[in-house]
Amino acid sequence: MSSATHWTPKPPRPAPVHTVGVRGWIRTNLFATPSDTLLTLVAMAVLYLTIDTLVHWAYIDATFSGANRDACLKAVQGACWPFVDAKLGQFIYGRYPELERWRVDLVFASGVIGLIPLLIPAAPFKRANVIYLLGFFPVFAFIMLTGGRFGLEPVETTDWGGLLVTLVVAITGIVASLPLGILLALGRRSQMPIVRSLCIGFIEIFRGVPLITVLFMASVMLPLFLPDGVNFDKLMRCLIGVALFSSAYMAEVVRGGLQAIPKGQYEAAAALGLGYWKSMRLIILPQALKLVIPGIVNTFIGLFKDTTLVLIVGLFDLLGIVQFHFTDASWATPETHITGYAFAAFVFWVFCFAMSRYSIFMENRLSTERD
Amino acid sequence: MSRRDVVLQFLMLVLLGLGLSWLVSNVTGNLERQNIASGFGFLNERAGFGISQTLIEYTEDDTYQRVLIIGLLNTLLVSVIGIVLASVLGFVIGVARLSSNWLISKIAMVYIEIFRNVPLLLQIMFWYFGVLRNLPSPRRAIEIGDSAFLSNRGIVLPGFTMLEGAGWYVAALAISLTAWFVMRRRAHKKFLTTGTPQSYWRVLALGAGTMFAIAYAMAGFPFAADVPALRGFNFRGGVNIIPEFAALLLALSLYTAAFISEIVRSGIVSVGQGQREAAAALGLSNNTTLRLVIIPQAMRVIIPPLTSQYLNLTKNSSLAVAIAYPDIVSVFAGTTLTQIGQAVEIIFITMMVYLSLSLLTSWAMNSYNKRIALVGQNA
Amino acid sequence: MSDPIIEIKQMNKWFGNFHVLRDINLTVEQGEKTVICGPSGSGKSTLIRCINRLEQHQEGSIRVEGVVLDDSSKGLEEIRSNVGMVFQQFNLFPHLTVLENCVLAPIWVSKMAKAEAEELARKYLERVRIPDQADKYPGQLSGGQQQRVAIARTLCMNPRVVLFDEPTSALDPEMIKEVLDVMVELAHDGMTMLCVTHEMGFARKVADRVIFMDEGEIVEENNPQDFFSNPQNDRTKLFLSQVLQH
Ligand SMILES: Nc1ncnc2c1ncn2[C@@H]1O[C@H](COP(=O)(O)OP(=O)(O)O)[C@@H](O)[C@H]1O
Ligand SMILES: [Mg+2]
Repeated sequence: MSSATHWTPKPPRPAPVHTVGVRGWIRTNLFATPSDTLLTLVAMAVLYLTIDTLVHWAYIDATFSGANRDACLKAVQGACWPFVDAKLGQFIYGRYPELERWRVDLVFASGVIGLIPLLIPAAPFKRANVIYLLGFFPVFAFIMLTGGRFGLEPVETTDWGGLLVTLVVAITGIVASLPLGILLALGRRSQMPIVRSLCIGFIEIFRGVPLITVLFMASVMLPLFLPDGVNFDKLMRCLIGVALFSSAYMAEVVRGGLQAIPKGQYEAAAALGLGYWKSMRLIILPQALKLVIPGIVNTFIGLFKDTTLVLIVGLFDLLGIVQFHFTDASWATPETHITGYAFAAFVFWVFCFAMSRYSIFMENRLSTERD
Repeated sequence: MSRRDVVLQFLMLVLLGLGLSWLVSNVTGNLERQNIASGFGFLNERAGFGISQTLIEYTEDDTYQRVLIIGLLNTLLVSVIGIVLASVLGFVIGVARLSSNWLISKIAMVYIEIFRNVPLLLQIMFWYFGVLRNLPSPRRAIEIGDSAFLSNRGIVLPGFTMLEGAGWYVAALAISLTAWFVMRRRAHKKFLTTGTPQSYWRVLALGAGTMFAIAYAMAGFPFAADVPALRGFNFRGGVNIIPEFAALLLALSLYTAAFISEIVRSGIVSVGQGQREAAAALGLSNNTTLRLVIIPQAMRVIIPPLTSQYLNLTKNSSLAVAIAYPDIVSVFAGTTLTQIGQAVEIIFITMMVYLSLSLLTSWAMNSYNKRIALVGQNA
Repeated sequence: MSDPIIEIKQMNKWFGNFHVLRDINLTVEQGEKTVICGPSGSGKSTLIRCINRLEQHQEGSIRVEGVVLDDSSKGLEEIRSNVGMVFQQFNLFPHLTVLENCVLAPIWVSKMAKAEAEELARKYLERVRIPDQADKYPGQLSGGQQQRVAIARTLCMNPRVVLFDEPTSALDPEMIKEVLDVMVELAHDGMTMLCVTHEMGFARKVADRVIFMDEGEIVEENNPQDFFSNPQNDRTKLFLSQVLQH
């Protein structure tokens, strides 16, 4: 065989300047073709107008301090922020007595303390954490918020309001709907025809009707179903309605996870001699729930937004209380409504956006774990 | 099924039966005590209240049954128009999200993140109480091009009324549209057999022109403009869009569009890059690729979640009650319930209406889905 | 002698700052069968994808049948319809039957009548030996059958040259042969072919020329005889020793 010459690769050259760096990026991402250029220019104009209007309204033309509507009644009017400032206590606690608000703060704080480590996948003691959050916290919150025990002043739920009600409804809904949803999902896949049809009926009925009809049912119809003299408060009735409603949606999410588990896993669990509940609890559910964490979080987001509907049946959640305070004549300005809605929208947005980012984070994490 | 399972299910049934009969006895007891009638007889009673938007004739002397139908029609009206608007907007934003133009894609993203993360009810109330009810009174209404007006009483647009002989024009329009459909079908068939694209526009324009010319010869111009004008405190004439409808429609469409755009985006993304490349390598143009390769495949992924968005929009239209748009929940489960007090029957009927709409739609979609499902193991 | 079908001169391409193709010069004459080989990541796919402009180059020139490929997209569709391409992953359209896959481009690009296009498609399906699968969907076929449908689909456009990008790499061994047989036949019929493959048997049998690429460069090109028995430089030798071992 003849001898071969030695080959050395050509050194790479830098790319032509107009194709890389900031210039290349702008060219390929904004001005790639004439129609692209046109689109970019139009978009820039629209963007400029929008941002300009927003900045004027929220900042340049806005009023930042004042004791009543007079401060906000100017020639050029923007947001009336002192309205939010003056009502902030109401927006957060409703008519919860001012002297007792520390109890609400304490409950908020103990909830956050339990939640944060749970959300961080790397944090230890998940089991204890869950027990704290699902076992201790609800009891603690109930006692603290309602009072009447341990020397705490009792506070009627009719005095609760604002963000407090929003969070109570959302969290109860979340905590109740997950186990209920799991049971319904298992029931829907059960071998027992009666159990299966009952679960299917429940799920399809609740998914087929709007939440507001369920809330009407809970607030007007439920009292009719109870024996004479027995009654419980409106907040409780709404909580039941919301929990049942979202458990039907949760059931469908969980069912998706159960279906995605290969048949081999069920067979392997059975082969180990595990009974139905044991194999579900130890083998199937842990895998299935992990698969559908994004779907579960999305259901939570929907539930969180849906809590606003309780205002229609007369509870004062955050949106309800903001709406209620529009009737305050001392703050009646043309901008009060929009300011109030902007504030409420921002609060809801922060919660929902944070949840959706968390679900994306988990989704990415799970997909990297899988491969 | 094991013996234990049978026993278990039997027990369940028994419990369920006992529970139900307990509830029924409670209900009948409570109703008697509160002197509330039962049964559906109330549907034939006189309603006695007015409704701000009615698609079919209605007076206060009509029955609750009529109220139910009016409410249902209003629900369907806002839902159908909302679905159309949300789909168009959602498709545009979904495609924009995938644009190679960075700015366009980011604007679409910001839209999606804002609108889907704020409660719909808040958005409805914002548009209604914050924007539309905040507009000036009719006397100082905002004019749009002389004959349309925007005020806190809604939007009034100029309309026209048909006079005697307008039927000729309706017929001309119907014939032209039919001709258009037929010709389009024919042209496509002919294109497939000969391979040359068929142009039928000239013939169609000529034919339609003739039709309308005949209508003109027979009936002249049998239309009268119906321009709204201020009379006292409000506008008379023209087509009036009540602010409740406008706010609800706007909020429903903008909110649902954010969800639809995400569905559209993931549908398009699900069609692999390889499909695009294969089509390009065959010489197919961008448009043809989109129409014959990308969209048919994306639709399979898009349709199931899209259907559930349509159902959501329909169910969400029940939030109308918060701004008193006269939908079924508002006029039936709201006003009627307050007047009659028969909560069980009224809520039952309302739920059944929504349930039937949902089941009907799911059934239709399931059968459609089966028809377009991909064949084969690795599809 | 007629114009070369493909003429690439001093062509350079970057992905961002990564210099993926370096000073490529390549001419493919009518009827010529060229095999391109080289280690993974050497730029083989990118090179042939530049030829029908699925990728865009930044420097140098590419001419296909005398037409320069550049930013103006005029005539691009026509060039692409004259340059067939067969992908590693087949890329059949899963929502269309085998026959519909084949007639799509003839009808919509060549403006052929449907009946005529179907006749043509059946002819080529017969040539790739799957005439009886015409009404099935791609998902119902084996990998080897799918790749043969992909070849038939390309042939239906009567391309002047066909580019193959590792057409057998995604196939099980027993299916490789059925695809290679079809390709050999195609070569014997006089089709101009530019083929990225590591099937050295195929290269020996039909190639007029073998090109070896590494680091975005054409390292060596030669007739198959000399290429395999007498590689000119050490990089090629190393590569061949690795490929031919198996
Ligand atoms: N779209 C792309 N963007 C960035 N880098 C790419 C892209 N496509 C390919 N590359 C890189 O270019 C090099 C050559 O790729 P390719 O032409 O596919 O190699 P081959 O086909 O020879 O295996 C590889 O290093 C690959 O990672
Ligand atoms: Mg490759």
